[in-house]
Amino acid sequence: MLSRTAENLYWLARYVERAEYLARTIDATLRVTALPAAYIGKTNEWDSALLTAGAAASFYEHYQEANEHNVIEYLSFSPTNPSSIRNCIEAARLNARSVRTALTSEMWDTINGAWIELQEVWSKGTLSRDDLAKFLRFVQETSLRFDGSAYRTMLRNDAYWFSRMGVHLERADNTARILDVKYHVLLPEEEHVGGPLDFYQWSSILRSVSALTAYHWVYRETLKPWLIADLLILNDALPRSLASCYGNLVRNLDQIGVAYGRQGPAQRHARGIRNRLEHSNMNDIFQHGVHEFIQEFIADNFRLGEIITKQYLI
Amino acid sequence: MAAAFDEMNGPGGELRPAYQELSRWLNETPPEALEYRRQEAELLFRRIGITFAVYGDAEAQERLIPFDVIPRILSGREWTILEKGLKQRVRALNMFLRDIYHGREILSAEVVPDDLIFQNPVFRPEMNGQHVPHDVYVHIAGIDIVRVDAADFIVLEDNARTPSGVSYMLENREIMMRLFPDLFARHRIAPVEQYPDELLAALRSVAPQSASAEPTVALLTPGVYNSAYYEHTFLADKLGIEVVEGRDLIVKNDEVFMRTTEGLKQVDVIYRRVDDDFIDPLTFRPDSALGVPGLMSAYAAGNVTLANAVGTGIADDKAIYSYMPDIVKFYLGEEPILKNVQTWRCREPKDLAYVLDHLDELVVKEVHGSGGYGMLIGPAATRATIEAFRDKLKREPEGFIAQPTLALSTCPTCTAKGLAPRHVDLRPFVLTGSKRTTIVPGGLTRVALKEGSLVVNSSQGGGTKDTWILDE
Repeated sequence: MLSRTAENLYWLARYVERAEYLARTIDATLRVTALPAAYIGKTNEWDSALLTAGAAASFYEHYQEANEHNVIEYLSFSPTNPSSIRNCIEAARLNARSVRTALTSEMWDTINGAWIELQEVWSKGTLSRDDLAKFLRFVQETSLRFDGSAYRTMLRNDAYWFSRMGVHLERADNTARILDVKYHVLLPEEEHVGGPLDFYQWSSILRSVSALTAYHWVYRETLKPWLIADLLILNDALPRSLASCYGNLVRNLDQIGVAYGRQGPAQRHARGIRNRLEHSNMNDIFQHGVHEFIQEFIADNFRLGEIITKQYLI
Repeated sequence: MAAAFDEMNGPGGELRPAYQELSRWLNETPPEALEYRRQEAELLFRRIGITFAVYGDAEAQERLIPFDVIPRILSGREWTILEKGLKQRVRALNMFLRDIYHGREILSAEVVPDDLIFQNPVFRPEMNGQHVPHDVYVHIAGIDIVRVDAADFIVLEDNARTPSGVSYMLENREIMMRLFPDLFARHRIAPVEQYPDELLAALRSVAPQSASAEPTVALLTPGVYNSAYYEHTFLADKLGIEVVEGRDLIVKNDEVFMRTTEGLKQVDVIYRRVDDDFIDPLTFRPDSALGVPGLMSAYAAGNVTLANAVGTGIADDKAIYSYMPDIVKFYLGEEPILKNVQTWRCREPKDLAYVLDHLDELVVKEVHGSGGYGMLIGPAATRATIEAFRDKLKREPEGFIAQPTLALSTCPTCTAKGLAPRHVDLRPFVLTGSKRTTIVPGGLTRVALKEGSLVVNSSQGGGTKDTWILDE
């Protein structure tokens, strides 16, 4: 297929995934900040929402204070934030329009329909709490529909694999980012200074990657920070864990390699990351520093994106 | 201006045979039911994403072309004549282009004046002596046809460069079949859905000799922001070919390749929807980011076929248009089956004098204009507009032609006040391959939705209708 088509499919999937993640982050932050101050401590949750979205630096070019109004506006609707939900949806549709022929009509319908619907939201200005909640839900549902229609309707060929790679690479990045920002509340008990307040932080992290229920099913335990880290980093069964994302990335790259009859640096780099995840356990990770581990992962993941681009997309 | 010829209710108000069944159906169908289906149609169009962009209109970057659910109907007999006339016209266009870029017999015979060719910016000296496979220049033509009475079909314009609109012909039919199955059951309507197959066959038939038995065809688009982008992806999808932008193609050793995830792949035929000016920055406009550097040299080497060929603009130029009846006679020795609109060439002093005297009756068009822009419709214009045009004409007479204001035929159309007659034209699409010329029975009917308006262009508030050719 055309390199540009593959590139558009890959970015289309990334943008949709990113929009969903932003919506979940805002949702989770709204929940935590709705608690009485005594339950959440002194951290500015809106600041960490910006950090997990990777938008903190650019935010302060436009705003003074990271409060609810400003952060929601910047992450959701701002045309100046290249990664706002709005711009993600716009970019997703533009990519979709460029590759209309490579999409199934169900996928196009989802993106185009959402885009049309959201034009109205953009024109409304500040949303009421009700409308905001509706909007955030709508974005998440759009992503689910998009994912579902891709899964159910696309031919299993390179177009599908490039699209899935976009999903998993973006997802891995998002999960790693939230861990990067919140790692300090996940340190084993003896190491961290906090207390029962952290319970709300923990559930908030799980919520933003839609893993709160999953946690209870997997561990049948109350929330324990090292188990949360284990779930999000190493547990293969959780679709948003780093391990699961890399299992999928390796599989998709293998499928492409077989179809094209050729392997390349992308396949090798992805396998390398997956092997390191497979051979890690939480003890070692804590020993060597969660923060360092995550930062290294983010850099590795970013590098895979670059290699894929070079090998296939340009 | 006399009352226009209505295609359903003829000159004496009598129902014309092709519309009998439709008329009966309209009488049986309550207006609410019609209105409901009209809204359904609009919803479908928006969902599918069939939009077009209007240049210079930031507010509505993507708009829907209004679709009118009342079909326009031609009898099988009418179509037979029209089809014959179109084939004749396109044959002459191709022979004219071959001649202009080779022996120029028509200029020696003084049928067409030299300067109209050589001083024309759409004449491409790069094409002099260039061989094109099977001498086909215009593989896809969109000939705009109007009627003023039941007797004749008149060519308003030949589009021999990159005519668009065929996707609407196909989608209009799809949507009509979904919304009005009952109406289809009562007619025998010739199908149009074979168009993409016929187009692909035509494109493959003109591949360079060096190409394999299964030549690779690609559609070259200017990109997402082009007004016809939807059509480009739509057609590519139906043809099963890649839709490429300039940056997807690369020329190496005078061969054209597209960049794919598996490396470079050679392209044999390019169905290009990019104008000559932008196709190769090394040959034409150096500032074009839409083109492919080196494409013209691969073309000259005969390693790739462009459809349509470069330089076809010289055949559909409005100044050349007035010579088309003579061109047909010169190459084919036949009388033209399709009429031309009477045309005054403002470059000729006698004609100019007449035009200046009758500005309030005439339509004046720019020779190189299109899309309904930059034209004067005398009877509908204000004094001031007419005077402004008079100045322009005096300053640059060779830039204009004038024609009588035609009372274009009308068809019943949905309006806010119920069904009412609106002016229509028709663009059938004529395909020419190595061996034959084909036309799917139908075309794009455009309708001027505003009462009394004669401008059918989508950029100026026109809409479209499904066009039915009855299979009798």
